[in-house]
Amino acid sequence: MRKFAAKIEVKFKPGVLDPQGETIKHALLNLDYTDVESVKTGKLFWVELESESIASARKTVKELSDRLLANPVIEDFEVEIV
Amino acid sequence: MKSGVVVFPGSNCDFDSYQAVKTINAGEVVYLWHADTSLKGVDVVILPGGFSYGDYLRSGAIARFSPIMKSVVSFAKKGGTVIGICNGFQILLEAGLLPGAMRKNLGMRFVCNDVYLKIENFNSRFTRKCPRDKTLKIPIAHAEGNYFADDKTLKELTETNRIVFRYCNKNGNVTDNANPNGAQDNIAGIINSDGNVLGMMPHPERASEMILGSEDGRFIFESIVEETNK
Repeated sequence: MRKFAAKIEVKFKPGVLDPQGETIKHALLNLDYTDVESVKTGKLFWVELESESIASARKTVKELSDRLLANPVIEDFEVEIV
Repeated sequence: MKSGVVVFPGSNCDFDSYQAVKTINAGEVVYLWHADTSLKGVDVVILPGGFSYGDYLRSGAIARFSPIMKSVVSFAKKGGTVIGICNGFQILLEAGLLPGAMRKNLGMRFVCNDVYLKIENFNSRFTRKCPRDKTLKIPIAHAEGNYFADDKTLKELTETNRIVFRYCNKNGNVTDNANPNGAQDNIAGIINSDGNVLGMMPHPERASEMILGSEDGRFIFESIVEETNK
């Protein structure tokens, strides 16, 4: 077994309204950052795990992301093993 | 009828729900601890409002994996009556017992107010005893009640009469102004395809005695009683 670290980025699916991002965008416009066109929020997770190989580590992390870290109804995720 | 109110760490409407069931004399009511798996032979499961597991990750995301939820899911799949209120609704969505997901309220505010509900389906086991000629005045208290479902799901919910409650104004008109959180199509409550699982953001247990400002929530509990004692 080897140690792996995974970085998982969770973000809203295209077309799903992100009220937090919208609110932050308005705040930036109020700060005179008038070039800002859009702001999207997301979540970043770092998971350390033991696994046989990089492939099995990726498989586990994808599975746990799909089951818990992201809600597949409104969110997509990307996994990076580092 | 025997009811069970699930208690998660962070539930805060568990006692209110217990009290509401007592107030309408709906029979025995027990608490069901999240770490247990026994439903103690109840006929009805109530998932109460609150902030289960501190709303960490997403509202309801952690609670749906607690031991009691496995039993609740199999109870629901066998046709048992389940009502999820507020955080309970969020848990039902995360558990996949109801379709869709909750986003943060449009406007980013925690909204704690009375709202009016238009009943769109009087044939459900949760609404049968509701008066046909009025809206229900029931409070909401949430930051994530902005219901979302994809177009296909929304169409199915609409066509199969599974949108049970919509936010409306005092006169029963479903308008943008009456929508407190940005929910799609003013959706405040839905049922599953078998009609035995209801999720709703408003709190009927907080509107079950006149001293609380409204008794309209009683109609929902009384409908469940009638169905269960049939």
